[in-house]
Amino acid sequence: MVAAGLYLKRFYTVVRKEVLVLPSRIIVALFFLVLLGMPLISQNPYLIRVIVLTSIFAILAASWDLLSGFTGQMNFGHALFFGVGAYTSALLNIHLHIPPWGTIPLGAAAAVLTGLIIGIPCLRLKHTYLALTTMAFPIILMGIVFALPDFTGGELGISGLQRISNSLIVNYYIYVGIMLILCTIMWKITDSHTGIIFHAIREDELAVKASGINTTRYKLMAFCLSGFFAGIAGGLYAHYMRIAGPSTLEVSMSFMVVIWAVFGGIATIYGPIAAVFILFPLLEFVRFWPEYRTLIFAVVVLLILLYMPEGLIPWVRDKIEKECPRCKIRNVATRKTCRVCTAGLD
Amino acid sequence: MNILITGLITGSMLALLAISFSLIFGVARIINIAHTAFYMVAAYCIFSLTGKFGLNPVAGMMVAVVVVTVLGLLAYKFLIDPIREHEAAVLIATIALAMIFQEAILLIYTGDYRTVSALIEGYFTLMGVKVFYQQVLTFGVVLAILGILWVLLMKTKLGLAIRSTAEDREVANLMGMNDSWLAMITMGISVALASFTGAVLAPLTVLSPYMWMEPLIMMMAVVVLGGLGSIKGSFVAAYILGFTEALVVFLIPKGAFLKGSVALSIMILVLLLRPEGLFGISFEEER
Repeated sequence: MVAAGLYLKRFYTVVRKEVLVLPSRIIVALFFLVLLGMPLISQNPYLIRVIVLTSIFAILAASWDLLSGFTGQMNFGHALFFGVGAYTSALLNIHLHIPPWGTIPLGAAAAVLTGLIIGIPCLRLKHTYLALTTMAFPIILMGIVFALPDFTGGELGISGLQRISNSLIVNYYIYVGIMLILCTIMWKITDSHTGIIFHAIREDELAVKASGINTTRYKLMAFCLSGFFAGIAGGLYAHYMRIAGPSTLEVSMSFMVVIWAVFGGIATIYGPIAAVFILFPLLEFVRFWPEYRTLIFAVVVLLILLYMPEGLIPWVRDKIEKECPRCKIRNVATRKTCRVCTAGLD
Repeated sequence: MNILITGLITGSMLALLAISFSLIFGVARIINIAHTAFYMVAAYCIFSLTGKFGLNPVAGMMVAVVVVTVLGLLAYKFLIDPIREHEAAVLIATIALAMIFQEAILLIYTGDYRTVSALIEGYFTLMGVKVFYQQVLTFGVVLAILGILWVLLMKTKLGLAIRSTAEDREVANLMGMNDSWLAMITMGISVALASFTGAVLAPLTVLSPYMWMEPLIMMMAVVVLGGLGSIKGSFVAAYILGFTEALVVFLIPKGAFLKGSVALSIMILVLLLRPEGLFGISFEEER
């Protein structure tokens, strides 16, 4: 009883002193709470469907950010990992009758393997060459899918997959839970030693090499990690839609991922996630004018980028928070002095 | 014979698109995803100018090229120039631009497939294969344009300015070249070439609002294969990929599905051996 009380008190202190002091942390905490509490308020199947799909794409966008935002290896063919994950899960589920909790990790493993296969040749390429070459891979795979319609279902894809769970709410919690966990893991990765090396490779690969770090290994690792998370997203998508079709490999899918990530602000992880949670529902809710949907989407993206070329989320964060000039700790924009070292802000 | 003709036409189209794409990349470091969207807009312009307003096809072509070039310059001035510093943002801006064009065309012309009538009707038979006059004309015009472009780049002062800016922007700037003005002019030339490609190709292809996707991929493959910024490289690579596509389509069953895959696999194989493309020079990394 006493131990529990102490634990609760410590939890309260942490919340008060670490979370409530910064608006961005409050927003993240609210985001978790709202997502987890949503089914208690409304069980509208449409709303739940939108949130589940948003969660899947949030994983995908964040995984792009891990590879292209942090490590600077511009990947224009991120749909490849997504498609490989989706198709592998689907094929295993349909032909070998492996349940979803087995097929999704296997799909992710296949995506990691793909990451290795395309990562090794791509290591020799830089910048634009890399971006334009990676774009080719999903198209090559799509050609193969179309050429083998008996095995892959061709244009129609593989349909009739098993759902993870037949209950709407359980399904919701599985998807949202996986999304929150994976995104936290990705954010932790970028915050770790490895993440710092990733970041350094983007800024100046030569300097990282000169510091005695094997950049090749870290770049391959970035490809594999990103492939892993995108593969999971692909498997989840296939089992949610109950179909794995060529749309998962399309160029527009690759472009969409890049749009989400850049719109939210690259090299942040939370940026792409937030961007998906803004843009995807937006695209869903303007379905009243289906013919103007994509047009509105493109115009919104274009206008926001025109005023916030760094991305939406870093811009907002800079507005509500200030960095202390002395100790580099973030503070609410309304404070006059730093909350840690009491140096004057601005 | 069929292979030869299809290869030549596809190759010429890719050559024009790829060269204009690498022009603007060289000078302004812009990856213009909307490049083939301009090509599509030009084709649609001709469709409505000749079909609806009954303009003479040649006049329609000229008007279309001018209209699209102005459109490209406006897009550059108001949407791309303000965020030039942020490469990723420029990229997304051009993707968004392409999507806007696609949607606008979808709204105006609906998603139906359209065709444009040929400039010259008729055909002659060569070794048992029908060769349409339009195909010969397209090929000839493309070669002529490429020739003019080569003269412009190699023999004029403007060409010298474009080439030197592509090589080293800062030094070119120090030598008194107006960087932003030059970028503007290059954008104009680049979009004009793209729209011209659309104009000469419109009678040979089927118009649809999604027609920009496929040439975009192939164009990028050509640019990468030939080496970024190398005009000779783009030219050679365009015909290599054009003929590969034609060969695959005519010789392999279900080839139409595989043509992109095979062409892109060739690109990747070449890149494995020569990471900077066939004729590319590896740029000194900017730091």
